[in-house]
Amino acid sequence: MHPVHRFCTALLLCLPLTAVADDVQVAVAANFTAPIKEIAEAFEKETGHRVVTSLGPTGGLYTQIKNGAPFEVFLSADDGTPAKLESEGEIVPGSRFTYAIGKLVLWSAQPGYVDEQGEVLKKNDFKHLSIANPKTAPYGLAATQVLDKLGLSENVRPKLVEGGNITQAYQFVATGNAELGFVALSQVYKDGEITGGSAWRVPDAMYEPIRQDAVILKKGADNPAAQALVDYLKGPQAAKVIAAYGYEN
Amino acid sequence: MPLSVHDIAAIRLTLELASLTTLLLLLIGTPIAWWLARTRSRLKGPVGAIVALPLVLPPTVLGFYLLVTMGPHGPVGQFTQSLGLGTLPFTFAGLVVGSVFYSMPFVVQPLQNAFEAIGERPLEVAATLRAGPWDTFFSVVLPLAKPGFVTASILGFAHTVGEFGVVLMIGGNIPGVTRTVSVQIFDHVEAMEYAQAHWLAGGMVVFSFFVLLALYSSRRFKPGFN
Repeated sequence: MHPVHRFCTALLLCLPLTAVADDVQVAVAANFTAPIKEIAEAFEKETGHRVVTSLGPTGGLYTQIKNGAPFEVFLSADDGTPAKLESEGEIVPGSRFTYAIGKLVLWSAQPGYVDEQGEVLKKNDFKHLSIANPKTAPYGLAATQVLDKLGLSENVRPKLVEGGNITQAYQFVATGNAELGFVALSQVYKDGEITGGSAWRVPDAMYEPIRQDAVILKKGADNPAAQALVDYLKGPQAAKVIAAYGYEN
Repeated sequence: MPLSVHDIAAIRLTLELASLTTLLLLLIGTPIAWWLARTRSRLKGPVGAIVALPLVLPPTVLGFYLLVTMGPHGPVGQFTQSLGLGTLPFTFAGLVVGSVFYSMPFVVQPLQNAFEAIGERPLEVAATLRAGPWDTFFSVVLPLAKPGFVTASILGFAHTVGEFGVVLMIGGNIPGVTRTVSVQIFDHVEAMEYAQAHWLAGGMVVFSFFVLLALYSSRRFKPGFN
């Protein structure tokens, strides 16, 4: 046998071994990037299962799921998308639950730029206000609801820049290209305080609650690791991590 | 009407971006390609490699560095601010700068090949006829390298039309300013508006096919110059 052929055969032999049921493929909304890393690490240590995460905007992940992506668990940034998947028969019946309630924050990388009442928005002397795409990202939609409530939608429209997802909205602000932006509290918050820059934690009443639902997808129906991960997400250790990033749960 | 106002604005913006980028690249790329084709300098290798970098780098790398260097804390950003121009991300000018880098090899390389294929001989003949360097360039080199310029323009234009990652990373998705067709398609798909996505995406496939068809059909009859 040619060495290359031998190598390929060896690779093929390895395939079924890496795909055993102990892996769980999780699609995760971008705002939950930091907490899922921490949760997955602890989960792996405790159970021996391995978590493979794919991060993306909720709408994008939905499209991938509908088109045969190998995800077994889906942590959405909203409740609408998982409900849609449920009505379309894409999930394990009864597996839908809220794992976190997201909080919106107006944030700037510059200390002292954003005041604690968000008056900076009304002063309107910034050049760019970054938000996530309101059509596809729940935090983007929440941001437009806040602007509507403040009656500022028209004033700031020419200054809005949109990230494809909440991570990109954050990136625009973090690099200083936008002076400020609406991001997920989880991106700038750890253990009870804002980690850098300045922020206004937007009052809950100013936007529809961002209920983030999770589901087990049909592909994960027979995978015990998928069920185990969901159980872990509902448990006290995960709850502690989720709260530490500023989510309600 | 299958295309919305936003779709049409995106198409228009994309065509403007691609035209301006191609024009600038022909102006900037010609001297670079000429130098690369003629020089015996040891810098030929490194300069050629830098020009070719966007061929292999993912657009995310280019987009990330553009975002950081053109931002208010980056060197380019500080320079443009000191000129009173503000910063380039989220502007049409910023997209043009990004596209010039991104599409550079698609213009420089065909030109360089065309210049190299001309060889020494026509230039020497022109010199014996007392043509100055500029005269030689416009009377001898340009006509001989015309197929190279056609290829360079078509590839530069088409590649800019197809640009996505860089625009996504430095554009900010502003309608009429930085929302190009590729980003608009991405938006439609993400928002599950598949019908609208199909119209634009299908249009891109047809457009790209005919551009390449024109390119390859014209080449069949003019072998020799890339």
